[in-house]
Order: sequence, then structure tokens, then C-alpha cells
Amino acid sequence: MVSVRSVYTQPSSLTFSDLPWIIEHREDRCTLCGQCTAVCPKQAIYLTYRRQRVPKLDILKKKRGNEYRHFVGIRQNTEVDKMCIGCGMCSSVCPNEAIGPVPNPNEHRSRFHMDQKGDSWKRGGRRNAPGKTILDRLSFGRISMLTDPALDAGRHEFNTNTILGRVLPPEEYIRRKAAGEWIPPTREIFPFVIGSMSFGGLSPNMWLGLLQGVAYCNEVLGIPVVMATGEGGCPPWVLKSPFLKYIILQIASGYFGWDEIIRAIPEMQCDPAAIEIKYGQGAKPGDGGLLMWFKVSKLIARLRGVPEGVDLPSPPVHQTLYSIEESVMKMIQTLSMAFNFRVPVYPKISGSTSAKSVLNNLVRNPYASGLLIDGIDGGTGAAYNVSMDATGYPIASNLRECYQELVAQGRQNEIPIFAAGGVGKNGNVTQNGMALIMLGASGVHIGKYIMQACAGCLGNELGRCNVCNVGICPKGITSQNEKLFRRLDPDDVAQRVADTFSSIQTEMKKIMAPLGRSQSLPIGMSDALTIDDADAAERLGIKYAC
Amino acid sequence: MCRLALKTADIPFSPYEVLNGMEAMQEGYDGSGLGLLLRGVSFEDYKYKKEEQVILSGIAHTEAAVRRLQRLMEERGFEQDYDHRFKVNADLIESKDRYQYIVRVYKKPEGLTEKELEERLMQTRLFLRRNGEEHGNDLTVFSFWPDVVTIKEVGWPLEVGDALGLNDDRIKARVVMAQGRQNTNYGINLYACHPFFIQGIATMTNGENTAFIPIKEWLEGKNIPGYMGYQSDSEVFAHILHYVTKKLDLPLAAYKHVITPLKSEELDAHPQGDFLKGLRTSCRRLIIDGPNAVIGTLPDETCMLAMDAKKLRPATVGGRPGAWAIASEMCGVEALVPDRDPTLDFQPMREHTVIIPPERKELQIWSQFDQFTLSQAA
Ligand code: SF4
Ligand code: SF4
Repeated sequence: MVSVRSVYTQPSSLTFSDLPWIIEHREDRCTLCGQCTAVCPKQAIYLTYRRQRVPKLDILKKKRGNEYRHFVGIRQNTEVDKMCIGCGMCSSVCPNEAIGPVPNPNEHRSRFHMDQKGDSWKRGGRRNAPGKTILDRLSFGRISMLTDPALDAGRHEFNTNTILGRVLPPEEYIRRKAAGEWIPPTREIFPFVIGSMSFGGLSPNMWLGLLQGVAYCNEVLGIPVVMATGEGGCPPWVLKSPFLKYIILQIASGYFGWDEIIRAIPEMQCDPAAIEIKYGQGAKPGDGGLLMWFKVSKLIARLRGVPEGVDLPSPPVHQTLYSIEESVMKMIQTLSMAFNFRVPVYPKISGSTSAKSVLNNLVRNPYASGLLIDGIDGGTGAAYNVSMDATGYPIASNLRECYQELVAQGRQNEIPIFAAGGVGKNGNVTQNGMALIMLGASGVHIGKYIMQACAGCLGNELGRCNVCNVGICPKGITSQNEKLFRRLDPDDVAQRVADTFSSIQTEMKKIMAPLGRSQSLPIGMSDALTIDDADAAERLGIKYAC
Repeated sequence: MCRLALKTADIPFSPYEVLNGMEAMQEGYDGSGLGLLLRGVSFEDYKYKKEEQVILSGIAHTEAAVRRLQRLMEERGFEQDYDHRFKVNADLIESKDRYQYIVRVYKKPEGLTEKELEERLMQTRLFLRRNGEEHGNDLTVFSFWPDVVTIKEVGWPLEVGDALGLNDDRIKARVVMAQGRQNTNYGINLYACHPFFIQGIATMTNGENTAFIPIKEWLEGKNIPGYMGYQSDSEVFAHILHYVTKKLDLPLAAYKHVITPLKSEELDAHPQGDFLKGLRTSCRRLIIDGPNAVIGTLPDETCMLAMDAKKLRPATVGGRPGAWAIASEMCGVEALVPDRDPTLDFQPMREHTVIIPPERKELQIWSQFDQFTLSQAA
């Protein structure tokens, strides 16, 4: 027997029961087709060829000996970098239901070893915080029972759109209109916006599918959905296409892709929906964008104007500028000017206790077109685990206090606040979004929900998959590897985008009808909301109901 | 449900007529209260001159409140010309804390511009209201304006009329707005009773205002004196009308474009679509959702009726040159102006604003799809 002392172990040696996901493999069903090992994005499993000793004792002949049985099977890797991520691709390709990951209820020793080579754990995805969110717990309680007839979600007409852009107070609007002065640009859009996910962060097929779907929503379904690019520019063919009007171009601290955009301005057929200046992101406040080298393909390198295969970390701040006040002012003005004051320009910040100060700044800036606040439950393509899990500020109360600040100043119609961060995290996208709207948001941005609903993203809050950062996305959503993104058919994504937004619109009507609202989006209709938690009710200024 | 009735006629008539008209519509309401607003007022025993005098309406709930009112008005330089007393039969009044119904005529303060006078009158009304609230609600003030008398009381409308002796022809008017039922959404409170009044503008509404909170929060945020109260979700209709016509200086026709704007596709085809789209965006928080019928009157005795955008509340207007009625039920119009051609009765659709001009010759039916005169921003 091998002595225990000679067993080779290191501090980071793990066994399968230390890992978050354990592969269960049924050898009685396995036909050794090898599809699971081929598909596994992590090389977490391998096909092995094993020999089993079968002791043999022939008493009559007084002979002892061994016989050997040979067999093959699937085994799980236990090295940290090859740890199973529970994506379930193996089970989805297995023709015999012979394999699949199960969550390990044990504590995960692997958690202590994710920082191999001194590199802190980076990943994509979302905060690991399963369970109902505060948004999930809000319900719509002001049912219009006093008057009859109530509205009919199926038959009446509903206005489900919102306004993006700076809105003048009526007196000022009338004055400027009469004097022929500049009126800030506004857009009538669907209040559920596809949040910033970059071309680079997303695969070309995913991006194309989303854009196709968005165009279909606008042009066929009449739902004016817009999508934001995220940092990293926009493919030139899109910039020069009539689809640009459905796109919010994001500029972030790395300014990636903006050479291309600025150069394309003279050839643009239409204006973009808006410009989003990213100052912060809910999933990783204080961090700039990060595109890890795995994903900097030839195409992406060309688009961003960088060499291939290098990490692209954007700085956390817009370097050239001194303070957020100055930065916001200069950048908003510059970008407004670049598009001849015809395009709304607004900043995106991470949820924070200081969000109100930023907002107050914007109120005084006549070119600021809105504010997007991204809460702690937001997602990202790549970030440090610690940023994702522990840094940030929840959206509900942050949005509410900002809205109430505007109400106190009578400016709530002038600066639309958009909210993001965990909308639809548990699937209740319309309910979450409408709750935020009633708390005061003019609309919401959704990213993870779109990836899950429209492209089948496998990620969840238990750490499933979430390897969006390293270019091995098993669904081809966040990979620049052609072999992977070919798995995703843009037409299918487009179809799902159309399905998703039609269904959100129907659900919006089902929420608005019993509240007796159909003519305008119930922004700030806080009397409609109730929650079963007295403290949360007090904090949000809504009714406690139990 | 609220039942609404308005009558406007060249020849002053008794408000009791309108209460009788409401009786015709009694099926639909619970009779928990009455609100009356009279314009073009004439008293049997006093020659009232609207160019020279203003009228204060309200209720003093105690003797002390009457005396205080007297003193406060004197202190503020208002000279009283006439004190109208109803012949009250207290037994018919449910509430027992009504010491005196106030309808007092004062001399108009002199040396003020139109705007200053309007401001002064409103500030005085608000001051008296606050003063009443500070004294345990012993003084309720409804209106303080030339040629306007307001009466609000809890109880069955006709009975309230009997209690105040309104059938004795001692007070008559050319325009009477009447609303039956207190607003019960937010508790019974005399201030929650329609018609609502602000600087000469009055409205009453039936139905529920589901967009109340966002509208109210926006109006309060404007910090315009008088945009307060909101014990009823319908009070905002009066303030929006005030805001559109007095603060934005837009024509009456713009009211409908603010409360129930047309859809984008409709505005794309509208001759003033560009302006109206911008107006819709700027006034987005004032969009109502209904179901409502809004009936309003202006200082020049113009009367108007507009519906919510889905027209979930019906209302009818009918009449003949010289006398017109607007009511939430057809039978109300029938009772108020029986000698008309009923085939010409009109029920406005979602895009209509019905306007009865002060001349009372004919109805104007104005559609949102029509162009309107826009002095400033055409
Ligand atoms: S679940 Fe995913 S990572 Fe785990 S073994 Fe299967 S394919 Fe590989
Ligand atoms: S499926 Fe792709 S996008 Fe979704 S979590 Fe996995 S790697 Fe990320």
C-alpha cells in the first residue's frame, strides 16, 4: 500500500467534494460517445481508461493471484482552473442522460484557492445572492375598485412608452418654442431598455441577434425598444445603417471605439437614440470596463483600435478630468455638440449613497438628458469577484431617494431617472421593472435577463457558469471564438427578443389595467405599491401591507 | 358615484332647480353630500355689483369663528357690504357644528392691478383657511372671488337645499354647478367636496383619478400658491385648468391636450403636432387616466365639459339658445332644460371639449384633432 505521506498534496489540492459542482456520471448509461468532454468549456471532465484488480483465490490449487478488468469512464478534474462550473452543457449534449452537474451542498473549499498565481478571482456574471430581492417583494396593491368599469388589458389601448431626454418645464418649453430656441432632444422609447453590453463583451452573433430583434420590435411590433452598446464602440456597418436610431452609444473611460464613431458621424443616416457616458457600473463600482485578452479577437481589436490578444482594462475614471462635476459637464456638452445637440446625452453611475449629489449636479446642467443608476445586482462581463459580490448599493432605495429629491424640487419630469441592477434577476422582469417605475424610474435597463431569456445564458446566482470573462461561453453569447459563437443563431436570438418584449408589454398592461392606468406610464405612482416589510415600506415611502 | 349637473342660462334661476335635476339622477349616487358653485349671482334683497364687490363663501362652525372672521377681514382692509343669511332649518342638517353659513359681500380692494387683485383674493382665502385649521377647523372657506358663491354640505342634496332654504329664490345665479356625494376616497371632509375653486376657475369631476399621486406631487412641486389641499383626487383637475389657462396662458382648448394628449401617431398628422408633442412631454405628469368627466366654469361664465381619453365616464350636454345643461346622466339634462330639442343632445367623445360660451347662443364642440389658435407658440 502506498504510504499516506507519499501522497502528493499541495495546499491547493482539492478533491471533487471540495468543488461547488459535482459531476454525477452513470456508467451504466454512458456509451462513451465523448460529447460531454468535447463540449465542456472548462475541461472539467475527461475520459479515462482504468484497470480494476479483481483478486483471485483458488483454494483447491492453493493459488493466489489477480485478474484485471478494464473499463472506461468519465472523471472530474479537481484543479482550480479546471473546476466544473455547473454549466450543464455536458448534460445537454449527452444522448443518454448519463451525466450532469449537481450543486455541492458542502462548503466549498475551492473558494479559498481561486487566487492561484496571486491573481484574484475574476469572473463574469452577477452577484452571488440568491433568493427574492426587494423588487420581487413589491406588489401592486392600489386596485382601482372605486369606479367601474375598470380597464381591460386585452381590449383597451395602453401607452406603455416613456421619454428619454431632458424635458423642459412647460413655461420654459412654451417660451423657447415661441422664441425659436433650442429644445433639448427627447425620444419616446419602450421603458425596458437592453442595457449596455459591449460588442466585444458579446459575441458578434449575439450582438447581431439583439439588433435584429430590436429592429423587429420597432418596425414590426411597434414596440420602440432601444439597446445600449456598452463600451467598445459599434460595428461600422451599424453606425452607417438606419438601425443606429435604436442604439444608445456608450462612451466609457477607455473611449474604445470612439475613433470609429466620430469618423462615421458624417456618414450616419440617422442619429443614435442617445449617448450614455459611463462613470460607473453597479456590478463593479470603482472599476472601469474590462475585456480580458481571451476575447480581444482580430475583429474586436480592429474595432477598438488596439492590438489583438491583450487585456483591455479601462481606467476607473475619465482620466483627463478633475471631478465628476467637471467631467459630467464637459463630456455632456462635448458629446451633445458632436451630434449637434440633437441627441440626448446622459451619464450612467453605479448606485451609491452619493447618487443624489450627482443628480443635483445634473439638474443644474441644461444639457444633461437623464441619469442611469445601476444597482449592486447588476451584471458584468468581467470583474473581480469581490467587486461583484460585495461592492455596490441596492437600486430600490437609491432610486427612490433620488426621485424624492427631484419631487422636492419639482423637477421629477425634467430629468428622467433610469434604474438598473437586478431587474428580472429571478425572472420577474416586468414586475421588477414596473415596481421601479412606480418608485420613480422613467424606465429600466436589463442585461442579464436579456441574455438569459433571449440567448439561453446559463448563469445564475449560485455561481453557475459565470465564465463570461474568459471567452469560453458555452452558449456562444460572450465569446469571440468562432467555434463557440457559431452555436448561437442570430435569427433565434432575434426571435426571442421579439417574444420577450411582446410578453413584457402584455404583462405591463396586466399590471396597469387593475391600477386604472393606461394613458401614461405610472411613473412615481408610489401609492400603488405595497410591501410586506414595514422597514422597507418606510424607507421607500410606500404602504406596508400584510 | 358622483352625480354632476350644471346649468347655465341668460336669466338667473334658483340653484334649487339644479338640485331637482340631480334628484332625477338619484339612482346612481349615495347622497352623502352636496357641493354648489354659483356664478352670475343675484340676491333678492341686495343689488350685487360684480365689478365692485367680491364674495366670500364658507362655513363658520362656532360663534368665535364668526367674530374672528369679522376681525381678520377688517384687519386685512376688507369692508363688508352685505351679509347674506340663509333661512336655515338646522334639523335637516346632519352635522351639528354649523354655526353660520358665510356668504359675505366685500368691497373690492382698490388700486390693484388685475393680477395683484387675483393674488390678494387667493392669499386671503388661503390665509382664512389656514387660520381655521389652526383653530381646530372652526372656519371653512370655499371661495373668495367676484360673483362666486360656494356652498358645501354633507347630506342628501335636496335636503341640504331645503335646510338652507334655497327654494325661496333669495339667491339666484346664471351658472350653477352642482355635485352630489362627497368624495369618499380620502374621507369625508368639506374641502374634499367638488366643485373645486382656484382664482375664478372651478371644476367638478366624477370618477376616480388613478394618476392622482404623480399629478399631485408635480403640482405641489411647482410651489404655486393655492396648489395645495388635495383632500380629493379630483382637486387637481381644477388646478391643471388653472395652470394651463393662467400660468401657461394657453387657450382653453389646450386643457384637453394636457390632460389627455393625443397619441404620437395622431400628433404626427396634426397641424400643430410638433408643438403639441412637446407640450405633452413637458406636461407629462398632468396626464389623467380617468375614468372622469370634467365639468368646469371660468370667470366669464364660460362652461366646459371634457372626458378622459377612454371615455369611460359618460356625460351629456344639451339645451337651447339661452339655457344649457351638462349632466353626468341624460335624465339630468332633461330635467334641467326640458324645453330643448333632445335630438341635439351631445355626448362628447374622447377628443372633444364642449364649450358653452358666455353668450349661450350655441355649443362649441372642439376636437383635439382641430387646429386651435395659439398666440404665443404657433
Ligand atoms: S457542467 Fe459544464 S463545466 Fe461541468 S463538466 Fe459539465 S460541461 Fe463541464
Ligand atoms: S452562458 Fe455564457 S454568458 Fe451566460 S454565464 Fe455562461 S459564459 Fe456567461
